[in-house]
Amino acid sequence: MTDALTLDELLLGHAAGSLPEPLDLVVRTHLALSPDGRRRYRLYRALAGALLETLEPVAMRPGAWERLDRAIDRVEPIRVPPVSVGDPRVPPPLRPYVPEGYERLPWRNLGPASEVELPIGTPGYRARLIQLKGGKSIPRHTHKGHEITVVIEGSFRDVQGVHRRGDLVVADATVDHSPVADEDCLCLAVTDAPLKLTGPIGRLLNPLLRI
Amino acid sequence: MVAIHALDVASRGGRLATLPTAGFIARMPGNARETESAETAERERIRDLQLVATTRDRAAFRRLFDHYGPRVKAYLRRLGTDEDTAEDLTQEVFVSIWRRAEQFDPAKASVGTLVFTIARNKRIDALRRDRAPTQEADDPELEIDPAPRGDAVAELAQMSALVMRAVETLPEEQKKLLKIFYFEEKPHSAIAQELGLPLGTVKSRLRLALAKLRALLGEEQT
Repeated sequence: MTDALTLDELLLGHAAGSLPEPLDLVVRTHLALSPDGRRRYRLYRALAGALLETLEPVAMRPGAWERLDRAIDRVEPIRVPPVSVGDPRVPPPLRPYVPEGYERLPWRNLGPASEVELPIGTPGYRARLIQLKGGKSIPRHTHKGHEITVVIEGSFRDVQGVHRRGDLVVADATVDHSPVADEDCLCLAVTDAPLKLTGPIGRLLNPLLRI
Repeated sequence: MVAIHALDVASRGGRLATLPTAGFIARMPGNARETESAETAERERIRDLQLVATTRDRAAFRRLFDHYGPRVKAYLRRLGTDEDTAEDLTQEVFVSIWRRAEQFDPAKASVGTLVFTIARNKRIDALRRDRAPTQEADDPELEIDPAPRGDAVAELAQMSALVMRAVETLPEEQKKLLKIFYFEEKPHSAIAQELGLPLGTVKSRLRLALAKLRALLGEEQT
């Protein structure tokens, strides 16, 4: 059995704080855009709080309260919730990577799609924004590892169904697909290994393409 | 059993939660009174947090610290944080709670969950190099759903006690597994190896535990 990731494992991993940053970014983006995702996530958050109660307490050092009591003398309460800055079209978790709107990113044209790689800096992972024009498709491919995609705008469909704004889709070696955009579509895609083109021509192009 | 049908705290926006307790409790095996006492404890903690938010009540804050401080420290130690760092990070977690108390919405999450979330973020910020510091404005978990369903507000306020009780009813092996998934930062394959089980077994056990919790909590299976 491969170490297949499921949506639930990703949600649990995010709740626990144990995901590598690129995967965590996909989950945060999903939660920012999807009310269903937030509803499903509630169990994982609640579980974190409940499990915290089951841990055998480790005593704080003597004087810990006095130290805290002094520390809070020196700070001001934060009354107003922090305001998120940046382009409102960009989901908040992505804003550090898209500081000036999507248009200003260094897009790379790949024919049916264009893409831009986000400077994610975690070895072994790539995080990309992918734009696909309505009616266009991405060449058929499968995956050596996982490809986790969140739809940010528009929608696309593949063998797994129709994916709309906020949906999180996990594809792995068992998924051989050629995603088609129903309307102009913008996605965040994170991969932990290169994709593998599986169409007759794609196979020849594998060594050349990085898509 | 007397169900208490409203949180006697002034929740933000003047929302008062009407709690559909009976349905939940009916599904809960074991002693409903235990669930009720967990709820009472939870209500007291919510009240303490409200007192901190509204009157900067240090006695209330101390009660929260006495209860959660050693648990936050335990969480950090379990994840391999050294003693000094765990002590310091726990202090930082509580300074953060003190400063932001007014922003917390008891309808959004239990006090334990809030404490855990802040501890988790502090730990990630302190220990990970591959991530920009958590922008709290950008943390969807600390945002309020713009249009929560009426019953979602109520369910959230109650979930902590119910989940706690539900966790108690899980078989020991499933409970242990959940704790490993939450409190040990390991690839799933390493967890399987540690338990001496095939990966498939670990994953199906986890799925079973989660499905059971969802069923107990009356959540739809998807």
